[in-house]
Amino acid sequence: MTILDKHAAQRLVYDTLHSHGLDVRFDAVLSPTEGMLSGQRKILLGTNNYLGLTFDPECIEDAIEATRSQGTGTTGSRLLNGTYGGHVRLEEALAEFYGRQHAMVFSTGYQANLAMLSALVGRGDHLLLDADSHASIYDGSRLGHGEVIRFRHNNPDDLYKRLRRLAGQPGDRLIVVEGIYSMLGDTAPLKEIAAVKRETGAYLLVDEAHSMGVLGETGRGLAEAAGVEADVDFIVGTFSKSLGSVGGFCVSNNPDFDVLRLVCRPYMFTASLPPGVVASTLKALSRIQSEPALRANLMRNARHLYDGLQAMGFQTGPEANPIVAVAMPNQETAVAFWKLLLESGLYVNLSIPPATPTDVCLLRTSASAAHTPQQIDTALAMFADVGRRLGLLDTQKRRAGGVA
Amino acid sequence: MRQIRQLALVEDTVGPPEKVVREDISAIFEQVLGHPVKINDQTDIVEDLGMDSLGVMNFVMAIEDFYDISIPLDRIAQIQTVGDLIHAVDDLRSGTN
Repeated sequence: MTILDKHAAQRLVYDTLHSHGLDVRFDAVLSPTEGMLSGQRKILLGTNNYLGLTFDPECIEDAIEATRSQGTGTTGSRLLNGTYGGHVRLEEALAEFYGRQHAMVFSTGYQANLAMLSALVGRGDHLLLDADSHASIYDGSRLGHGEVIRFRHNNPDDLYKRLRRLAGQPGDRLIVVEGIYSMLGDTAPLKEIAAVKRETGAYLLVDEAHSMGVLGETGRGLAEAAGVEADVDFIVGTFSKSLGSVGGFCVSNNPDFDVLRLVCRPYMFTASLPPGVVASTLKALSRIQSEPALRANLMRNARHLYDGLQAMGFQTGPEANPIVAVAMPNQETAVAFWKLLLESGLYVNLSIPPATPTDVCLLRTSASAAHTPQQIDTALAMFADVGRRLGLLDTQKRRAGGVA
Repeated sequence: MRQIRQLALVEDTVGPPEKVVREDISAIFEQVLGHPVKINDQTDIVEDLGMDSLGVMNFVMAIEDFYDISIPLDRIAQIQTVGDLIHAVDDLRSGTN
């Protein structure tokens, strides 16, 4: 008997993952698209490294320079000794990129959501979450003191209905949606959600973690792509995907925004980002603005991957975004498929419930601007080969009435 | 789900039912689970009916549609038995939540 006995079920899952070799540890990462595992070179197709900036020479140089001149860490909170010139410059650069008056930087994207959701919604307020929200959004909702209501995934009518039920009750309402949902790669119907927001007088927060640098004319995300930036009161995002480092942020035009620095506990009671991370992030932010070709390459690769998997008969998510999820018929097949892909030389994410929506097992892939068309072709060939070996493609084609 | 939607539509025209009736809840359980269930106030929704987290979520949303309410997440976390559920729905509908 130990204090951890209450987690016996999860312990069993962990032991199973470990015994199947599903807890991957890379011996070395060679580039944004290749890593070494058990002495073998693997193509990385599950990294969220959308623009491939983790090995960008300019970002690396700036990180080295900042580390040499300012040290490895700040060892303190933003409110005490942890605010350097770089943190302020990064906030200014983010505000300018989004055309907003204010920006705040957090030590992780997870903390950005914890901080914003718990600070924006107080006692007597209501938080309306998409049912498929990321764990950081659910956790942020629990850190605050408002009432939390879930609406059906990507369903503006259901959201409207729930806001209508609150009519006459005092307090603010905050709607929270994501630009691109991390498991299936689908986008929020933001135009319709913005219309609901306007009609009901609610506030709107969009988490652009997977869509920043990916969607929109200038890479500002889904709000830009949908043409509703003016309706979005708060944009939250992360540096750990398209910007290739770690950290989170929020931008807004709210005139009282800076009070959040004294209200957001996940901002106050943690050490600020190290100078090297701040410097590489600043450079990455300038790279995504000066090099739209990165985004064009990413979307070309995403389309290539999505169309290729669909053409083989795999069941994918609804949109050709950089996250392409392949549905597996059951967990056993998902694990077997994932292992055979890895043996072939391809790393993808194995996603099983409860991390996935609607109890589905997924092989989650993500394209990068850094993939070559040949790497995507190789990955597709591996999917086809494993799919045939497991009898999956034939079955799917037969079911669809096609010719095997 | 179709039958629940139809029920909800009918209710829309005449307003939600006045009192939470165990038979309505039982019918919604049957729709979500796909088979008949026998319930009483002490029935444990997860243990006795074998619902997983997704099933519970679908069930809660069906209940919310039927009674035209939203059950906040912290209230859902407190609901273990059918009796708890009936109590919560009654509270929310009478505005004494």
